[in-house]
Amino acid sequence: MTQYLDFEKPLAEIEGKAEELRALARQNSGMNVADEAAALDAKAAVMLVDLYKTLTPWRKCQVARHPERPHCRDYIEALFAEYTPLAGDRNFSDDQAVMGGLARIDDRPVVVIGHEKGSDTKSRIERNFGMARPEGYRKAVRLMQLADRFGLPVITLVDTPGAYPGKGAEERGQSEAIARATEACLRIGVPLVSVIIGEGGSGGAVAFATANRVAMLEHSVYSVISPEGCASILWKDAEKMREAAEALRLTAQDLKQLGVADRIIPEPVGGAHRDRAATLASVGNTLRQMLDELSQTPPAQLVADRRRKFLNIGATGLAA
Amino acid sequence: MNWISNYVRPRINSIFSRRETPENLWHKCDECGTMLFHRELSDNQNVCTSCGHHMHITPRARFQALFDAGVFAEVPVPEPKADPLAFRDQKRYPDRLKAAQRETGEREAMLVATGDMGRTPVVAAAQDFSFMAGSMGMYVGNAIVAAAQEAVKLGRPLILFSAAGGARMQEGILSLMQMPRTTVAVQMLKEAGLPYIVVLTHPTTGGVTASYAMLGDVHIAEPNALICFAGPRVIEQTIREKLPEGFQRAEYLLEHGMLDRVTPRTQMKDELVSITRMLMGMPPPVKGDLPPPPPAPETATPDPEPAPMPEGGKTTP
Ligand SMILES: [Zn+2]
Repeated sequence: MTQYLDFEKPLAEIEGKAEELRALARQNSGMNVADEAAALDAKAAVMLVDLYKTLTPWRKCQVARHPERPHCRDYIEALFAEYTPLAGDRNFSDDQAVMGGLARIDDRPVVVIGHEKGSDTKSRIERNFGMARPEGYRKAVRLMQLADRFGLPVITLVDTPGAYPGKGAEERGQSEAIARATEACLRIGVPLVSVIIGEGGSGGAVAFATANRVAMLEHSVYSVISPEGCASILWKDAEKMREAAEALRLTAQDLKQLGVADRIIPEPVGGAHRDRAATLASVGNTLRQMLDELSQTPPAQLVADRRRKFLNIGATGLAA
Repeated sequence: MNWISNYVRPRINSIFSRRETPENLWHKCDECGTMLFHRELSDNQNVCTSCGHHMHITPRARFQALFDAGVFAEVPVPEPKADPLAFRDQKRYPDRLKAAQRETGEREAMLVATGDMGRTPVVAAAQDFSFMAGSMGMYVGNAIVAAAQEAVKLGRPLILFSAAGGARMQEGILSLMQMPRTTVAVQMLKEAGLPYIVVLTHPTTGGVTASYAMLGDVHIAEPNALICFAGPRVIEQTIREKLPEGFQRAEYLLEHGMLDRVTPRTQMKDELVSITRMLMGMPPPVKGDLPPPPPAPETATPDPEPAPMPEGGKTTP
């Protein structure tokens, strides 16, 4: 049972009708609804293509936040073997909003780190909806340093609304923790590749995504602030999130033009959640490609390239 | 850098700042309500002489107090691409920028300068909260990179005064990208073995705190400065409870291990001189009022880069 987004309502109606017809047919074996249902399916398919062909930035935010979208955990399960979670920041706790550990992609050992939002009420609360606390960033730094010492590439999967605006998180220095994580990204002499799989929320995303290669899923977003937050500050009205999403240029397509994203990974029609297996596979392919591209680069060059890449970002702006 | 830029330029600076003569001769302290004569207040670096409350101070005024005899030379900052996203909220971004430029008389939200501070050559950068809340965009990022490059070129420490409401939303993702960009700048300093001292002033928040402001070798804050990633209002809305008195203020951060020191503005120069000289392995500072530096600049013939070691400097990278 798909959860529909508000702009998918007309689609939900048609798909619902087709489903109803089929349910009716199952109860009355004499009824032949195949043609009618197929017509509805075809209509729905056209509508889905149409809807997703020109998603507005705000709609992309909604798709990026879709609860059924594949999350970090799904990617780790599908794409990696021997995943061995490594826990804790050695200071305070283990942050469940950040997954990470050793794993193999094909036969290649790597360190994988990502934000995990959770998939039901219980896991969402456990994972703090993917909002890391300082311990999450500190765990990531520890894992990046481990990777650096043993020459393992680092893969980060970014999916976070942002850092957690909580009392403890501030007391325990989340600013410093984020700054150190970004610093670690820029220091390690191993390939660092990143995929924005859903939401790239502000500093919490930068802390993981300061990478040699940054790929974004087609409908993922990456922004300095949430459209709601931006709207409430600049428009003094949180309901102006559509306008804010538009102005912020947070889509994968805009970010590719700005040089922040290096490549875009196409999503199945209707978004990643409509064909999870296909999405997982394309992300896997992109990860392999990005790792292959960097596998021969010497450590000092990896560091220098990464720093130069970020120093150069923004020189051109959006093409008019 | 020649004699003109080292010595005459600063005079132009001081003429420039005279433009900002306040229309109101009296200023009311927003903390204790005392009426303060503007001269008295500016002579005390905008710290209330009655209660010690630290009010806003512009980078120019700060540098005049910081550098010996108020003499400093501005470091040019590469101009970024204007309005890179063609951003428009209720106003156009270029209009907001122009308004801020008119109000402050400054080009942007950060000023970078070189000069002597207690006869100690330094590079200093100061963020201007009165310019669009000091927000960090491409220009501020460029300024920090330029400051770090200048410090490395001259083999001097960098002292950075932070003050910002956060990232410049009107530059979207490009403002966020200043977090890694400025972090690269900090790494340049560290790799050159040069001290990087951050003075956190009120307020330092958001992406600024979560990048260059928290990566110093030494963190000093001005009293009662608000220093945070997420602001108190956002936190109160999230956790639905009132935050304790003094939460996220300098003294609170000191207690929680995020700062080395909390130091009043009026004692800041002496402290910075002392710390930087020790870190640079220089002899103890000379106390008392110092004359302006001689017109012949000590950096007349800068070493061809790289020049990691300052004169007499013994630093451990
Ligand atoms: Zn007062």
